Amino acid sequence: MSFKLDSKIPEGPISEKWDKHKFKLKLVNPANKRKFDVIVVGTGLAGASAAATLAELGYNVKSFCLHDSPRRAHSIAAQGGVNAAKNYPNDGDSVWRLFYDTVKGGDFRAREANVYRLAQVSNNIIDQATAQGVPFARDYGGYLANRSFGGAQVSRTFYAKGQTGQQLLLGAYSALSRQIGLGKVQMYNRRELLDIVLVDGKARGIIVRDMITGDIERHSAHAVILATGGYGNVYFLSTNAMASNAGAAWKAYKKGAGFANPCFTQIHPTCIPVHGDNQSKLTLMSESLRNDGRVWVPKKEGDDRHPNDIPEEERDYYLERVYPSFGNLAPRDVASRQAKYRTDEGKGVGKTKLAVYLDFAAAIKRDGKDAIEARYGNLFEMYQRITDENPYERPMRIYPAVHYTMGGLWVDYNLMSTIPGLHVLGEANFSDHGANRLGASALMQGLADGYFVIPYTLGDYFANNELKPIDTDHEEFKKSEKEVTERINKLLNIKGNRSVDEFHKALGKIMWEYVGMSRDKAGLETAIKEIQKLRGEFWQDVKVVGDAEGISQELEKANRVADFLELGELMARDALTREESCGGHFRSEYQNDGEAKRDDENFAHSAVWEFTGVDKEPIRHKEELEFPNVPLTTRSYK
Amino acid sequence: MSQQEQLLNLNLKVWRQKNRKDSGHFEDYRLEGVSTDSSFLEMIDQLNEQLVAENKDPITFDHDCREGICGSCSMMINGQAHGPEKQTTTCQLHMRSFKNEDTVVIEPWRARAFPVMKDLMVDRSSFDKIIQSGGFISVNTGNAQDANAIPVSKENADLAMDAATCIGCGACVASCPNASAMLFTSAKISQLALLPQGRVEAEERVSSMVKTMDEEGFGNCTNHAECEASCPKGINLSNIARMNKEYIFSKIKGK
Repeated sequence: MSFKLDSKIPEGPISEKWDKHKFKLKLVNPANKRKFDVIVVGTGLAGASAAATLAELGYNVKSFCLHDSPRRAHSIAAQGGVNAAKNYPNDGDSVWRLFYDTVKGGDFRAREANVYRLAQVSNNIIDQATAQGVPFARDYGGYLANRSFGGAQVSRTFYAKGQTGQQLLLGAYSALSRQIGLGKVQMYNRRELLDIVLVDGKARGIIVRDMITGDIERHSAHAVILATGGYGNVYFLSTNAMASNAGAAWKAYKKGAGFANPCFTQIHPTCIPVHGDNQSKLTLMSESLRNDGRVWVPKKEGDDRHPNDIPEEERDYYLERVYPSFGNLAPRDVASRQAKYRTDEGKGVGKTKLAVYLDFAAAIKRDGKDAIEARYGNLFEMYQRITDENPYERPMRIYPAVHYTMGGLWVDYNLMSTIPGLHVLGEANFSDHGANRLGASALMQGLADGYFVIPYTLGDYFANNELKPIDTDHEEFKKSEKEVTERINKLLNIKGNRSVDEFHKALGKIMWEYVGMSRDKAGLETAIKEIQKLRGEFWQDVKVVGDAEGISQELEKANRVADFLELGELMARDALTREESCGGHFRSEYQNDGEAKRDDENFAHSAVWEFTGVDKEPIRHKEELEFPNVPLTTRSYK
Repeated sequence: MSQQEQLLNLNLKVWRQKNRKDSGHFEDYRLEGVSTDSSFLEMIDQLNEQLVAENKDPITFDHDCREGICGSCSMMINGQAHGPEKQTTTCQLHMRSFKNEDTVVIEPWRARAFPVMKDLMVDRSSFDKIIQSGGFISVNTGNAQDANAIPVSKENADLAMDAATCIGCGACVASCPNASAMLFTSAKISQLALLPQGRVEAEERVSSMVKTMDEEGFGNCTNHAECEASCPKGINLSNIARMNKEYIFSKIKGK
C-alpha cells in the first residue's frame, strides 16, 4: 500500500471549518507569487476560473486546452442552471439547506465538509458572475430570477435561458482572456495532455502533443492543476462532447493518484433516443420538461399503434403509478431505472423499442399550446430538428443516457490528489456529489473549486513545500517524453484491420450492457473479461491511419480509446466490489422492490483505487465517511 | 429515428488541403446508404470510416459538442455557412434536408483572418485576440458586491442575453463578402454596453476591440447583412449599429 488517504478535514463545527481553515492556511507574499509557475489543464468552468483567479493573484499561469479556443470546453453545453443559497425568493433556503439537499441527493456517499463549503461559496459565484456581465434571467423589477429543479423544495436555481453553462463559461473565459491579454496567462490551445511528470514524487510538469504540428512538448511548473472533466465517453454514446476524454485523469492514476468511486455515473432519464449505428452522440432534453410532460408506455407488449390511437385505459403512466407523491418529477436515477424496467418488459416504443413517451397532450389541453410553447419552445424545436417529429402533436420519445460522472480523482479538502502538487478541480475530481448529482450543481461545483477554493489552498502548498528549481531537461521529462513517443509509434505501427471507432463502439456496448443502469455480479465479471479481451485485440488489430506529424484526428482518438479500455475495467471492478445500491449505482441483488438498498454498515465509504499495473489487480482503499450533520435516511419518493 | 427514415446516395465534393501551405483541391467521393436521420457530421463520420477502410487519410474537421452550442463546427455547404437550414449549426443539420443523388460541395470557412490548417479546419484564434483586447469587465475574483445590488431592466438584460448567445463559430465572417468580423465583435460590445456593470469601461473597450479587429485582417461592414442571415444563433444586425454608436462616442471623447 503506497498511499495513505488523509482527507485533511479541518476540526470544529461544520459551519466554521472553512473559515478557520482559511485562516490557518499559509500565505505566499504578493511579491513572491510571481516566482511560482502553475499549469492548469482544461478551460471549462473549473479550469478557466482557476487560471484567471490565480493569475489575478500574481502567479504565472500556463493554461492548456485541446480546442481551438478555451471558450469551447464542454461546460458550454450545460442547459438548466446553477444553484446558490441566496434565498432571494424568501422561500426558506439557506446554506444549511443547500448542504443538506446535496448530501441527501448524493445518497450519503459524499464528504460532508466539502459539501458544506460548496454551499457556503455558492452565493459568491452568483455575485462574481453578475459582476462579469453574465446576463442571468431577471424579473421586471430588474432583480435576478430563480426557478426550481429536482431534489429541492425551494427555488434556488439561477439561469440564463437554457444556456446557463454557456454564459457562465463565457464569463470565466472573459476573465481568462483578460489575463492572457495582460500577459499573466500563457495560453496553449490545441494541446493534448499525454503525461504528467513527477520529480521527487511531486507533480512538476506535463507532456503535451501540439495537435497542429504533432510536436511533443515539455512544460514544467511548481504545481499542476487538472480540470479536465468527466469520463462519460467510456460508454461511446453519451451527452458528453466528442473530444471529452479521461486521458489526463488516467495518466494521473497511473502515476499514483487515487481514483475514487469510478462506478458512480449519472444516467439522465430524458435524452433523445438512439436512432441507429451511425449515431455519434446523444442530446439531452432538459429535466424541466417533466414539470408538464407525462411519461408513459403502452400496457400491451409490442403495441405498434400510433401513440395518439392508444386509448387512455391502455396506457401505463408508470411514474405516476409507482411514485404517487413525486410522479413524473421523480429524481434522475429513479426515473431512468423505471424506463429501463418498461423496455425490458417489451413495452418500449418507436422503431428500436428503446424509448418511452413523454406526452404533453394533457398540458396543452389544460394550459393551451401557447403556454407550453413559451415554456419549452426552444427544446421542442431542437427535438423536432433531430427527430423530424412534432412534439406538439405526438408525444416525444425519450430514453436515459450517460450524462455525468460523479467519480473521479480522489482529492483532500485542499483539492489535492494523492500526488503532492497535483490538484484536481470540477467534474474531474470525485468530491461533492456522492453517488448522484442533483440538477444545477455541476456548474456550482466547477466554479466554486476554481474561483474560491484553489486560490486559497494552492498558496498553502507552496508555502509548506520546498520546490527545487528544475527545468525540462530533467531526466524525468526525458523519460516521460520517450514513453509518450513510444506509445504513439506503437499505435501507428499496429496497422490492423479495425478502426478506432469500431473499438470504441464495442467498448461502449459492453459498458452500457453490464455497467449501465442496472448491474449484477455475473454481468460485471463478464464485463471485466470482455474488456480485457477487447483491449488485447485493440493493441493487436487497431488501424490508425496517418502519421505522428501534423494534424491527426485518428491518432488523437486512438490515444483516448486506449485509456477508456483500461478505465472501463476499473469502473466494472468498482461496481463489482460495491455490494450495495446507492444513487446512480444500482446492483440488482441489493434492492427493495426496484428501489436502491444502501448498506451503510459496510459501504459508507469512498472506494479509492491504486494503480499497480495495466493487467494487474488494483488495490482498493477506503475513505470512511461520517454523517454527524445529515442523519442517514433512506430516500423515498413513493 | 423518425418514422420516415430513408437511405441516400450522395456525391460529395470535399475540400482537401494537407496543411496551411498546401494550395488544396476538391476531391470527389461517392457515399451510399446515408440515413436521413443522421446529422451532417455523422454523414462525414461515415465517409471517414469508409476512407479509413480504404487506408486513406480521413477528412479533418472541427467539431465537439454536436449540440449547436460550442461553435466548433464550421462548414460551408453548397456555398452556405452551416448549410441550407436557418439558425442551424452544421452539427444540428440533418440529412433529411438533402435528396437522393444530390451533389454536396463542402468547403472550409474562407477569410484572410481564418487560415485553413487542414481540409475543413481553420484557425479562428483571431477571435480570441479580439476578446483578449477588451471583451470583458475588469473585475477580479472576490471584488463583487451582492448580485441584486445592480438591478438591470428586464429589457436590457434580455437584449444583452440575445447578444451573448454568440457561439463564436465564424459563420458571419465566412459569409461576408468583406470577411468582416463586425457581427461577432459587436455582439460582445453590445452585451457589455447594455449592462451597468459594463458601462465603466465601455469607451476603452470598443476602441480597443475595433482596433484589434482591424489589425487581425478582418474587413469592414458594408451592410450586406449576410452575417445576420447565416448566424446560427440569430444575432441581430442592430448590434453593429450599437457598436458604431459606441465607437463614435469613444472617438469624440478621444479614446
